Amino acid sequence: MTAKRQIALRINGTAYSHEIEPRLLLVHYLRDVVGLTGTHIGCETSICGACTVMLNGESVKSCTVLAVQADGAEVLTIEGLSRGEEFHPLQEGFWECHGLQCGYCTPGMILSAYQLLLRNPRPSEAEIRRALEGNLCRCTGYQHIVDAVQYAARKMGASGK
Amino acid sequence: MPVGKLVGARVKRREDPRLVRGLGHYVDDIQLPNTLHAAILRSPYAHARIKAIRVEEARSHPHVVAVFTGADIRDRVGCIPVASENPTLRVPKHYVLAPDKVCFLGEGVAVVVAEDRYAARDGLDLIHVDYEPLPVVSDPEKALAPGARVIHSEWPDNVAFRFALKQGNLQRAFKEAYKIVKQRLVHQRLAPIALEPRGVLARYLRGEEELTLWSSTQIPHILKTQLSLMLALPENRVRVIAPEVGGGFGSKLNVYAEEALIGYLAVKLGRPVKWIEGRRENIQATIHGRGQVGEVEVAVKKDGTILGLQYRVVADTGAYHQLLTPGIPPLTGLMLSGAYKIPAIAIEVTGVFTNKMATDAYRGAGRPEATYVVERVMDRVARELGLDPVKVRQKNFPKPKEFPFATATGLIYDSGNYQGALNKGLRLAGYQKWRGEQKKLRAKGRYIGIGLSTYVEICAMGPSAAMPAGGWESGTVRVEPTGKVTVLTGTSPHGQGQETSFAQIVADELGVGFDDITVIHGDTAIVPSGIGTFGSRATAVGGTAVLQAAEKVRDKAREIAAHLLEADPDDLVFSDGRFSVKGVPKKGISLQQIALEAHLAKNLPKKVEPGLSATSVFEPTNFTFPFGTHICVVDVDPKTGAIQILKYVAVDDCGKVINPLLVDGQIHGGIAQGLGQALLEEVVYDEEGQILSGSLMDYALPKAEDLPRLELSRTETPTPVNPLGVKGVGEAGTIGSTPAFVNAVVDALAPFGVTHIDMPLKPEKIWRLCQGKLASAGGRR
Repeated sequence: MTAKRQIALRINGTAYSHEIEPRLLLVHYLRDVVGLTGTHIGCETSICGACTVMLNGESVKSCTVLAVQADGAEVLTIEGLSRGEEFHPLQEGFWECHGLQCGYCTPGMILSAYQLLLRNPRPSEAEIRRALEGNLCRCTGYQHIVDAVQYAARKMGASGK
Repeated sequence: MPVGKLVGARVKRREDPRLVRGLGHYVDDIQLPNTLHAAILRSPYAHARIKAIRVEEARSHPHVVAVFTGADIRDRVGCIPVASENPTLRVPKHYVLAPDKVCFLGEGVAVVVAEDRYAARDGLDLIHVDYEPLPVVSDPEKALAPGARVIHSEWPDNVAFRFALKQGNLQRAFKEAYKIVKQRLVHQRLAPIALEPRGVLARYLRGEEELTLWSSTQIPHILKTQLSLMLALPENRVRVIAPEVGGGFGSKLNVYAEEALIGYLAVKLGRPVKWIEGRRENIQATIHGRGQVGEVEVAVKKDGTILGLQYRVVADTGAYHQLLTPGIPPLTGLMLSGAYKIPAIAIEVTGVFTNKMATDAYRGAGRPEATYVVERVMDRVARELGLDPVKVRQKNFPKPKEFPFATATGLIYDSGNYQGALNKGLRLAGYQKWRGEQKKLRAKGRYIGIGLSTYVEICAMGPSAAMPAGGWESGTVRVEPTGKVTVLTGTSPHGQGQETSFAQIVADELGVGFDDITVIHGDTAIVPSGIGTFGSRATAVGGTAVLQAAEKVRDKAREIAAHLLEADPDDLVFSDGRFSVKGVPKKGISLQQIALEAHLAKNLPKKVEPGLSATSVFEPTNFTFPFGTHICVVDVDPKTGAIQILKYVAVDDCGKVINPLLVDGQIHGGIAQGLGQALLEEVVYDEEGQILSGSLMDYALPKAEDLPRLELSRTETPTPVNPLGVKGVGEAGTIGSTPAFVNAVVDALAPFGVTHIDMPLKPEKIWRLCQGKLASAGGRR
C-alpha cells in the first residue's frame, strides 16, 4: 500500500478534506468516505454511466476517475441538484414522465441530461438520444427518459434558467 | 369492486421523489458499523480440477480477516437448491464454493474477507490455485453427442432433464398436410443485466441469535426459508430484507451461492459482511436467460390452417441448476400453441449440462422462446403458401366466443380477443399502406420489411398446484389509530411501482387519501408471508390479496360503525371514507374515527377483536393470458447490413389497467429488452467455455439511440381469474417484440431469398447474407 494522500474538494457546495489511498476511485470516495450514496456503480468500465457526476462543470464517470484527481475540484452529485425541497426541473421531469423504474441508473442519467441542457438548452429527440449514449437504462426503454429531458428543457426555457 | 377514482388513473409514482434525489437505499448504500467486505475468487477455467489451493499469503495480508476455500466450508453450508418436481431431473451437488472441481467460468473457489473492499480484492491476488484443466463441453448439441465429455460423472451422459408433452393426432396431421414447414431456431443466451448488480449484506446478532440478510432479491420470503435450510439456522431467526432493488428481470429470482456464503461468514466472524457483485462477475455468475436450440415442424393446409406442430429443443442448462432452471423450457412447451388453435402438438425438451453458467428465468422465461417459434413459423408458412402473414394468423385464431379456450398443451386461456388487438394494430400501423410502400421501394432497390407478432403469454403465476414453491400471495391492510393506512405485500417490487398502484387500489377501496397510504414490502420481519415478484404476478395476485384485505377491513369497520351509530350494518352507506346511516347523512363516522375506536377498544361490538387490520392470502384458480399485436417496420440496407426501425406499434391487452403510466413503462422496457435480444445481445462462450462478451464493453445493451419511439395502444379484455380483472404486463413487451422485429427483417430481405436469420441480427450477419445476391434481388444501388 502506498502512502495516503490528502485531498480537499467541494462537493455540492460543501468543503471536504480527507486522507485517502491514491488508488481510491472517486465513486468510492463519494459513496464510502463522504457517504453520498446517490451515485451508483453499474459496470466499473465507464460504459453504463450510473456513476456520472459533474466534475468542475463537466460530466464524468466517477468509476474511472481517481479521487486524488478531484483534489481541489468542484463536484456536483445527484444529492446537490435539488434546492432544499425544490426539485431541479430534470428531477421533476423524470417524476412527471415516469422516466425511471428501478431508479438505479437515474442519478447518472439525470446528470448526463444536466450536462446536455447546459450545452444545448433545446435539444431535439435525436440529440437527447445521442447525448445519453453513455448512460444505460435496462428498465424504461428510454422513451420516458427522453420525454423527461424534454419536459425539463421546456420548463427551464420558460423560467429562463 | 366500486368504480374507482384512482384505479385506472395516470398517478405519478410514490417511489420517485426519493429515487430522483439519490436517496433510495440499495444494498450497497446500507452502511453498518464495523462491516467487513468480501470478494470471491472465481475460476478462470470452465472445467478444471482443483489440485491445490494455497491461501496463506492472502491470510497474512494485514487487512485480510479471513479466507475460506470450498473445501473449508463444504460441510458448513448446504448446496444451492433447485425447485422442480420433474422426475427425470438430475441434480449435481452445487456447492456455494467449489470444493474440488470447477464446472463453469466464474464458479467461486474461495472467499476473502477484509477490512475494506480494496483489501479484499488484494487478497484475491494472493491466493494461488493449481488447476488441472479438463476438456470443456460448451456447445449444448455437441454435449449430447456420443463420446462427449461427461461433466458430472454420477451419470452416463450430459442430460440434465427431459420434458415431453404430446396431444392430438400428429401423425394424421402431418399425413394430411398440404405442406410441412421446418425451421431450426436458435434462442441465444442472454445476460439479464439489471443495472444494479447483485449484492448481499449480512449481520448476525449473537445475543438475539438472529441473522439479518439484506439482498438484492425478488423473493425475500423464499430466500429466508432456503437460507435457514442451507445455514441450519431456525427459520424464525432469519430475517431477509430486499431493500431498494435496482432491477431484476428474473436474475434476482433465485437463491445464490453468495447469499448463503455471506450469511455464513457473518455468523462465523461475528461482524457484518458485505459483498457487492462486479459487472464481470455478474455476466459470469448470475443466471443467463434463453439458451435453446430447436427445430420446429408444422403441418398446414393450403389455406394456412395449422394442423399440427412439433418442436424438439435442446435447452442449455449450464453446469448446475439454479432455482428454476429446469422449469423454464417446459413453459416454452406449454405456450407453444401461441394465439392459435392447433389441434395436435408435441414438444420434446432435453436439458443439457454444459460448462457454463446456469440458465434460468429471464424476463419472459420460456415464453419468449415459444412465441418466437410460433410467430416465426406463421411467417414461414405465409411465405411458403404465398399468403399474407396477417391472413395466416387470422385463420388460426380462436374467436372471442370460444373463451375460455383450451389449448392442446393443456392450458385454459382465460379470456381474449386476438382479432380485436390485431385489427387495432393494423390500423394504427397503416399496414396496407406499408405493404404498398414496400412494393414501390423494392423496385427502387430499397428494402423495407413489415413484421408482426400476435402473441399470447402466461402470467399471474399462479395457482399453487402448478408452481414449485407456492403461487399465492399475501396482503395486509392496517388502519393505524391516527387513520393512516399501512399496506404490507408479499410481493417484492424492484421498479414495477407497486408502492403506487397498491396505494391506488386501497385508496379507492377505503376512501382514504392516496398520500395517507404507505405500502411496505421486502422485509420478512414486517410482511408476514409472501412469494415475491416474478412472472407478471405482482398486481394480479398480490394486488388482489391487498384488495381483499382492504375489503375485510371495510367489513370490520362497517360492523364497528353500526355498533357506534346504533344502526343496522345493512343500513349504512360507505362513501369517501365515511359510514353514514342511509337517509341520514349527518349521522356518520369516518374510517379514521373507527380506527381509533377499534384501537382504544372501549366500545366494540361483542366478538369483534380490537384493532382495524386484516390479512388476506389470494390463491388464484388459473393463470392469466395477456395478448396483443406488435407491428414493426424496418429499413434494411443490404450494403451495410444496418437496420433502421421506421415504425413500431404495440397493441397490448393486459386486462384491466390500474395505472396506465406504469403499464406504458413496462411495455416500453419490455420491448427494449426484446429488441436488445433481436438486435444486439448475446453471451458468447467459445469452445473453451470462455465468455467473449464478458463486460458491458462487449455485451451490447440497447442504448437510447438504438431504439425507436414506440407507439403504444391497448385493448382491454378483463380476466375472470381475479376480481381486479388484471392480467399482468411485466413481460409482454419482451415476448411480443422479438418475433415482430425478426419477421420484419426477414420480410425485408425476401428478395434475397432469406427465409430465416438467427438472432442477434447484427449488421455483419445481414451483410453476409446479402453478399452476391444484391444484383439478383433487383437492387440497383
